[in-house]
Amino acid sequence: MFESLTDRLGDVFDRLKKRGALSESHVVEALREVRVALLEADVALPVVKTFIDEVKEKAVGADVVRSVAPAQMVIKIVNDHLIETLGAETVDLNLNAVPPAAFMIVGLQGSGKTTSTAKIAGLLTRRDKKKVMMASLDVQRPAAQEQLKVLGEQADIMTLPIVPGQMPADIAKRAMTAARLQGVDVVLLDTAGRLHVDEPLMQELEVISRTVMPVETLLVADSLTGQDAVNVAKQFKERTNVTGIMLTRIDGDGRGGAALSMRSVTGCPIKLLGTGEKLDEIEVFHPDRIASRILGMGDIVSLVEKAADTIDEEEAAKLEAKIRKGTFDLEDLANQLKQMRKMGGMESMLKMLPGVGKMKKQIDAAGIDEKMIKRQEAIISSMTKKERQFPKLIAASRKRRIAAGSGSSVQDVNKLLKQHKQMAMMMKKMGKMGKKGLMRNGMPGMPNMQGMIPGR
Amino acid sequence: MSDDTEKKRGWLSRLKAGLGKSASALGDGISNIFTKRKLDTAALEELEELLITADIGLETVTRVTSALAKDRFDQEVTDEEVRGVLAEQIAEILEPLAKPLVVEGNGQPHVVLVVGVNGTGKTTTIGKLAQQMVGQGKSVMLAAGDTFRAAAIEQLKIWGERTGAPVVMGKTGADAAGLVYDALEQARAAKSDVLLVDTAGRLQNKTDLMAELEKIVRVMKKIDDTAPHSVLLVLDATTGQNAINQVEVFRSICNVTGLVMTKLDGTARGGVLVAIAAKAGLPIHAIGVGEGAEDFQAFEATAFARSLVGLPT
Ligand SMILES: Nc1nc2c(ncn2[C@@H]2O[C@H](COP(=O)(O)OP(=O)(O)O)[C@@H](O)[C@H]2O)c(=O)[nH]1
Ligand SMILES: Nc1nc2c(ncn2[C@@H]2O[C@H](COP(=O)(O)OP(=O)(O)O)[C@@H](O)[C@H]2O)c(=O)[nH]1
Ligand SMILES: [Mg+2]
Ligand SMILES: [Mg+2]
Repeated sequence: MFESLTDRLGDVFDRLKKRGALSESHVVEALREVRVALLEADVALPVVKTFIDEVKEKAVGADVVRSVAPAQMVIKIVNDHLIETLGAETVDLNLNAVPPAAFMIVGLQGSGKTTSTAKIAGLLTRRDKKKVMMASLDVQRPAAQEQLKVLGEQADIMTLPIVPGQMPADIAKRAMTAARLQGVDVVLLDTAGRLHVDEPLMQELEVISRTVMPVETLLVADSLTGQDAVNVAKQFKERTNVTGIMLTRIDGDGRGGAALSMRSVTGCPIKLLGTGEKLDEIEVFHPDRIASRILGMGDIVSLVEKAADTIDEEEAAKLEAKIRKGTFDLEDLANQLKQMRKMGGMESMLKMLPGVGKMKKQIDAAGIDEKMIKRQEAIISSMTKKERQFPKLIAASRKRRIAAGSGSSVQDVNKLLKQHKQMAMMMKKMGKMGKKGLMRNGMPGMPNMQGMIPGR
Repeated sequence: MSDDTEKKRGWLSRLKAGLGKSASALGDGISNIFTKRKLDTAALEELEELLITADIGLETVTRVTSALAKDRFDQEVTDEEVRGVLAEQIAEILEPLAKPLVVEGNGQPHVVLVVGVNGTGKTTTIGKLAQQMVGQGKSVMLAAGDTFRAAAIEQLKIWGERTGAPVVMGKTGADAAGLVYDALEQARAAKSDVLLVDTAGRLQNKTDLMAELEKIVRVMKKIDDTAPHSVLLVLDATTGQNAINQVEVFRSICNVTGLVMTKLDGTARGGVLVAIAAKAGLPIHAIGVGEGAEDFQAFEATAFARSLVGLPT
């Protein structure tokens, strides 16, 4: 998501930066381009208009134009405003309720409600150690209840037994009773998809809502939604007291305009993101990070957190100690490569790095991918233990042996050794910086990235 | 507020009430702009914005409005006139593409592969197509090629029961291409007229999933190198500009032969179809207007165009 908006805004800002002094008309021109970029990213028109008006008001002031770095100022104003529109703070799910707390999952047909229900259930179980139950109130779509049941089995989450023919409001009541009896903390109620203009179905939702008094009513919306996002969000908000939004299909290459639109017209925080079809592909939404991702500043923080999630803590601690001593060897590099693959591979990591949006084509061309990581791993595994610990030992003849053993060329081996050397040096420096910084978060892969990006 | 504007307001609200349900927000907007007004730059800009809110997309909007400006700039134009001209222009783009899906009933399975991103309405569209074709006296078989999503097979099975079409199904997690292969063999053995092949939803930027789709096509061709005879891309009317890219990518991967747009029963007007039509020139077979088997209509260019600009259809 957001890539092409990033590209568009990047171009606008580049042009702006090239001008030394800025006149008001330059700023106005740039904002006109920002407007087009936002519209093409499917941001709803009323939201775009307000956005541009507000930015303009701040940005064409004499102070900006006369400041030391006017282009930077304008960019900052746009950035700040994006964050404001997306919501300044991360708002997590509300777990502050007497159990069983009801969460209602609502939205249009096919937006991803059932999948998201199971993802949220998983998150609450894993992260918050809650006892969770799911119930499907969807009597519209064929096999919808069955779908939730299967997802429950996959994720090892309790589901309310299906009683054929029971109506949604009754299922909801039964779910709450069952939850009370079984000491459940959170009951997730997956509802049927409905159009926001479908009066009978919207009324049904109101009735259910009054019955279960949900702590959270989450609107699940597709991030590929176009201009209609505002109508959908407004209507659901009016009828069901939406408390938060979960945006799905963030893994698509949509431009994410719906995120801006929905948050802006409802004032409801975007709380969660669906980033794939698998049940662990869910993320807490951090508006500030997304805004800087839009502006091409990368999302280092998410990257670090993702690393922290996946990387074995013990491994990381060991590595940290080594780094501080300056003994980062090839064994450690191999470990890192493995971790990197675990984190979802190069591509998903690179997307989060600053400025990478623009380099994507180069990266694709250079073929930096899983295969390359695997090749590097193969090279290291063709070395002896001694060689891994003391890379200096690896002279020409050994290089040839390693290359032959791993099905690569001496050149490849050289490249890897050089890369390791650079990393080891960098890590030594970082080690000296002390406990703070990326290392602490188990981020040993980072410096490595720089070395891997082509165009060196 | 001056007397004059007050009068105008009164007139407008009467007009709005008169237009009643059929007047979309877009239509209302156009009336607001063009009641007793000159077609000047400001008016054009507002008109552009209104079309944007129908998801028509900036590029197409600009094209349409500049054409309007060329003929009528600075003329006094009425609301009806502007809407009429716009609808005509849009219908002109769409008209040649409004073609129903035709399958012959000769006992040699016409294979219809149904593809699209997640949740757009592929399975439901298959159910609707089956209903329609069975109604025309054709023998229809369904292939449960979505072996990924939980209970996707069950869902198609229920559609099979509803329409009386037999369903070839395997297990969740099984190889989709293999299932499709079996289905085609069975359809040939049964001398079905049509085989409707359901597939898992896939975002067009996922290379591995798109490769899987290529494999499904490849495997079909082993049995019948003319298959699939039709490839339907199902688009969701609420989708914004990304739909353009969906068409491009799916087309390059599996040679899409026609489009179906679903969920036009909501407030989304599916304007992106205009841009797609102009770019891709693919036939638009049908539209989905609800969740039931009968909520399926042939695509009519004029009706669609008129509803886009808020004219009664
Ligand atoms: N790529 C992707 N697909 C998703 C995501 N969330 C849901 N889906 C898919 O979207 C389709 C519809 O999801 P479902 O949960 O059945 O939607 P519902 O009709 O709203 O309950 C399924 O194919 C899901 O696998 C997501 O975040 N990313
Ligand atoms: N309102 C409405 N809902 C539809 C339409 N077509 C499909 N749906 C609903 O959209 C959801 C997803 O449809 P499905 O066929 O499962 O999508 P698939 O994932 O592409 O196979 C289901 O809840 C369907 O009932 C339509 O034309 N109008
Ligand atoms: Mg569902
Ligand atoms: Mg399906």
